[in-house]
Amino acid sequence: MSDMYRDLILEHHRYPHNYGTLDPHDVSQEEHNPLCGDRIRLDLRIVDGKIAEVAFSGKGCAVSQAAASMLTDELIGMELDAARAYNKADILELIGLPLDKNPVRLKCALLSLKAMKVGLYRYLGQQLDAEELD
Amino acid sequence: MYTPPFDIAAVRRDFPILQLPIEQPVAFLDSASSSQKPEAVIAAQAAFYRTTNANVHRGVYQLSEQATYEFERARSRVALFINAHSAREVIFTRNTTESINLVAHSWGGTNLRPGDVILISQMEHHSNIVPWQLLAQRTGAVLRAIPINGSGRLDLDTIDTLLQGVKLVAVTHVSNVLGTINPISFLAQKAHSVGALILVDGAQSVPHMPTDVQAMDIDFLAFSGHKMLAPTGVGVLWGRKALLDAMPPFLGGGSMIKTVTIEASTYADVPARFEAGTPMIGEAIALGHAIDYLTGIGMANIAAYEEILGQYLLDQLAEVPGVTVYGPPIGPERAAMASFTVDCAHPHDVAQVLDSEGVAVRAGHHCTQPLHVALDVPSTARASCYLYNTTDDIDRLVVGLRKVTKLFA
Ligand SMILES: Cc1ncc(COP(=O)(O)O)c(C=O)c1O
Repeated sequence: MSDMYRDLILEHHRYPHNYGTLDPHDVSQEEHNPLCGDRIRLDLRIVDGKIAEVAFSGKGCAVSQAAASMLTDELIGMELDAARAYNKADILELIGLPLDKNPVRLKCALLSLKAMKVGLYRYLGQQLDAEELD
Repeated sequence: MYTPPFDIAAVRRDFPILQLPIEQPVAFLDSASSSQKPEAVIAAQAAFYRTTNANVHRGVYQLSEQATYEFERARSRVALFINAHSAREVIFTRNTTESINLVAHSWGGTNLRPGDVILISQMEHHSNIVPWQLLAQRTGAVLRAIPINGSGRLDLDTIDTLLQGVKLVAVTHVSNVLGTINPISFLAQKAHSVGALILVDGAQSVPHMPTDVQAMDIDFLAFSGHKMLAPTGVGVLWGRKALLDAMPPFLGGGSMIKTVTIEASTYADVPARFEAGTPMIGEAIALGHAIDYLTGIGMANIAAYEEILGQYLLDQLAEVPGVTVYGPPIGPERAAMASFTVDCAHPHDVAQVLDSEGVAVRAGHHCTQPLHVALDVPSTARASCYLYNTTDDIDRLVVGLRKVTKLFA
C-alpha cells in the first residue's frame, strides 16, 4: 500500500488531535487550497511569548488533516520565535512523507503551516515573505 | 457476449504508454483531462521534425513548401472531420481556452453593448466562464447562467426567459464532470430564434462522437487536440465564414497581415487573420494524423463502444458501498465518465490510493468551481474513458475503490 497512508497518518486523520476552535484566541487564520477546496482554520492562544493552546478545524484530505493534527501537537508550548522559524522541511520531517516530487500533495501537507505562519506574522505585525511558504 | 465494433486489443497496442510498465500497465482513466497518443501520431510529429521541418507560408524552397502543404492538409482534415463548409473556417489555436478567448475578444469586443447578455451554464469549464467575465467587464455586457437540475442536466424549463436580451449562448456540448450530453441543436435553434449566436465548447465531445457543425447549426466550435490523441499545443476554433470574415484580429503580428506601414496595417483573410506568428506546425500536422487515426476506426464506432463502457462504469460504481456518483443516471445522452465521492475518504486520498494500484483518475474541482458549488461538494474524483479503455480498467478501478473504503473506513 501507498507510503502515503502509513498508520500514523491514518490515525491522525481518524482521530485528529486538538480539533476544534479556541474562543477567545489571539490568532485565528483560515487558509484554503484552491486546487481542491480544502480549508484549514488554525487558532492560537499566546501567553508570555509562547503558544499556550492550539486548535484546528476544517475539511480536507488525510494528508492535510494529519499534518495539521501533528503540527498542533508540535506547537503547544513553543516559543513564538521558534514557531515563526518553523518551515516546510520541519513539517515534512514531522509527518515523514517524501513529498518533494509530489507538488500537488505538498500543498496539502503545508496548508496548516501556511495558516500558522500567516496568522502569527499578522499577530506580530510583521511582513511574511511569500517565499517562506514555497 | 458483447463484441466491440473495433479491435480494442489492436488499438491498445498502438499506444506505447499503455504498455508501460510491463508488469502492470496503467489503467488510464483520465482521458477527459488529456488523452494518450498513438504511435502514428507520435511518429508523424517526429517525422515532421526529421524530414520536413521549416516555417510555413514563407519560404519558396522545397522544405517550406512541403511543410505548408502538410499544415494546410491538416486544416482540411479538421474541416472534413467536423463537416465544416470549408477549410477556411478552421483556425488553429493552442487549445479550447484560446479558441474561446479569441471569440470573446474579437467577436465580443465588437458586437456587445452594455446590457447585452451572454448566456452560459452552471456546468461550464472555467475556460468557458472567465473569458466572458473579462468581456463583460470590458463591454458592460452581463453574464447569465442556465441552472442545472437534480439529475445533472441543464434546466431548460425557463429557457425562453433566460434568453431575453441574449446576444451569445456559450455552452459545453459535454460536461467534463457530469458527463451530461447537452441538446446542442435545440439550444442553437433557441439562440437563433432570438437573434443570438451560439458557441459550443466541444472539448469533451469532438474527441468522442461524430461532429457535424452544419447539422447542429451552430456558429462557433472550440476544441483541443490534446484530448483527441494529438499533442498538446494545438486546438481549433471553427466559425461560420461570414462571421469570421467580419471579425477584427485577435493577436497582431506576422502572418496575419496584408500590408504594414508604420501608421497602419491591413489584415489577411481568414484563417490567416487569426493566426499571428509562427504556428504550431508539427502539432497541427500531428492533429491531422490523429484525425486520420480516429476516422480509421470511425467516430460512430468509438461513440458506440464508449456508451457500453460508460454504462459498465456506472453499473460497477453503483456496486461499491459509500460511492456517490454525480450526473445523469445510466442512459442515453451520458458520456463515458463518472465523477464521484467516497463517503469515508477525500477525493485526493481516493486518487492517491488508486494511483498506488496503477489506476489513474483525477481529483479536484476539474476547473468547474461553480458546478461544484451547485453539487455542494468541494471536489470529486473522476474516471473518464476513451477508445483504448476496457472493462478491465474499470474492474481495476473498482478493486482500488474497495481498498480505499477498507483503508479509510
Ligand atoms: C469542457 C471543457 N472545456 C474546456 C476545456 C479546456 O481545454 P484546454 O485546457 O485544452 O484549453 C476542458 C479541458 O479540461 C474541458 O473539459
